[in-house]
Amino acid sequence: MKLVILSGKGGTGKTTIAVSLAELINNVVMVDCDVDAANMHLYYDGQTIEKRDYVGSKIAVVDQERCTKCGLCTTHCKFDSIESGVVDPLKCEGCGVCALVCPEGAITLQKVKGAEVKVIKTDKAFIAKADMEIGAEGSGKLITELKAMAADYTKTGDITVIDGSPGVGCPVIASITGANMTLLVIEPTKSALSDFLRVEELCRHFSMPVMVCINKYDMNLDVAKEIEEYCSDNDIDIVGKIPFDSAVMKSINELIPIVKYEDSKAGNAIKDMWQSIKTKLNLEV
Amino acid sequence: MNIGVLSGKGGTGKTLIATNLAIAMNGTYVDCDVEEPNGFIFLKPDGISSYDVLVDYPVIDEELCILCGKCVEMCEFNALAKTKKIFVFEKLCHACGGCEMVCPTGALKYEKRKISVIDEGTSGNITCKRGVLKIGEAMAVPVIKELLENLDENLNIIDCAPGTSCNIVTSLEYVDKAILVTEPTEFGLHDFKRAVKLCEIFKIPHAVVINRVSEDDNIISRYCNENNIEILSSIPYEKKIAEIYSRGELLAENDEYKRIFTDLIEKIGDLQ
Repeated sequence: MKLVILSGKGGTGKTTIAVSLAELINNVVMVDCDVDAANMHLYYDGQTIEKRDYVGSKIAVVDQERCTKCGLCTTHCKFDSIESGVVDPLKCEGCGVCALVCPEGAITLQKVKGAEVKVIKTDKAFIAKADMEIGAEGSGKLITELKAMAADYTKTGDITVIDGSPGVGCPVIASITGANMTLLVIEPTKSALSDFLRVEELCRHFSMPVMVCINKYDMNLDVAKEIEEYCSDNDIDIVGKIPFDSAVMKSINELIPIVKYEDSKAGNAIKDMWQSIKTKLNLEV
Repeated sequence: MNIGVLSGKGGTGKTLIATNLAIAMNGTYVDCDVEEPNGFIFLKPDGISSYDVLVDYPVIDEELCILCGKCVEMCEFNALAKTKKIFVFEKLCHACGGCEMVCPTGALKYEKRKISVIDEGTSGNITCKRGVLKIGEAMAVPVIKELLENLDENLNIIDCAPGTSCNIVTSLEYVDKAILVTEPTEFGLHDFKRAVKLCEIFKIPHAVVINRVSEDDNIISRYCNENNIEILSSIPYEKKIAEIYSRGELLAENDEYKRIFTDLIEKIGDLQ
């Protein structure tokens, strides 16, 4: 069972919810697919049990001794990333056209490290995460790699909780590929509503079933109602409504999942939500 | 001059800063968070005109194709695959032109397809632009390039996507000064450090706006002080601000809060 947490908009509480759900599940594997801004691991003092370089993309490398500065590479490059044999590494997409046209055979494609991927073992779970190089490309492929790595630590009956990234582009598409269910975390703001509608459309596009959690629902009851009406009109289950709770900010700064705070109303609402999700998915964990 | 607003972490208040700053500075607002563009919710521009963003992708003429597979070998992005015919996964195509160049029979030609629209309108005195990526499209970079290659010389406020990968890298190529927006949490700090590093790689002068501040001495302000990063403004953590934002309204048009942005403008002028 693979559950993806998405939101469209950033900062609506994906990671807070993901680590809380993971806390409530007995056999859980976590995957942090927000590779640009991975925060899940910050909650845990785990031990890294597997670590390797992820080589996702390539870059053109020019042998300056053979380069005659003929400029053919510059003419053919669609990405303005090579100027008479000098490559701009941040612009080069590694397509290989320059190597193809170079009459001197001076250009080759070389693999570049895009991230370090690792599996961390905590006292109750495994977390797969990436330390992505700043400005690196190919986060979609990297996410596919992370999920494959997590699969090696997943036993039958385990639940995989996947913390996704904001947006609707390649990292999000890669996150939902192969998953069973998506939980969309939305807060009652006009921005979050607009982004939710786009990510919900994306899920429909890929035939991915969704359920909704309204986080901080009491921050704007009018927008919360709009969300509820949309869900009701479109047969989407709202599995949780989490009230605003200042303890959440505290839990983020203390790096302890909110469900561990006994009297937290947000924590209790997440526990209730987990019961609803279990019922909905017929889970016995 | 182009001022980029970026963050690392999502949901820290990029659009809050970028929209209000565009109003306060009379600059063009450019929404480069094309996967989830929200600036128009606040700016509510009128007279919107739109055009399509088209990208190239290969189309195979099966009568001419001899299934040699050279195009598949050439493609570094797995956008082509050979079975009983050549399959094209157009959403993975970067339109580099390599496959067309290696095809020995001329069976492969580029055609155009739509991946996004660009909208432009006016809100009061300012021009507002945004890209809206089509749902199901994976690559936002061509849309961001289209938006930013056509900016005029005046002041442009560029609302970037969250993160530190290709979407932001593309935006930063056009940015002269950067405002980093973050919040005083462990998450905010972790992702903020990555955004700072990105600005350093691009040698872009940058300074920070700390959003949702309860105490002046906080995890971000301490980090900035230790690392000589200028704090332009601290926006208080107040329910009232969250409510104004949630309704899709602007702070720069609110008597109680517009000072935040007039103060911010002065500081940005000095940023080098």
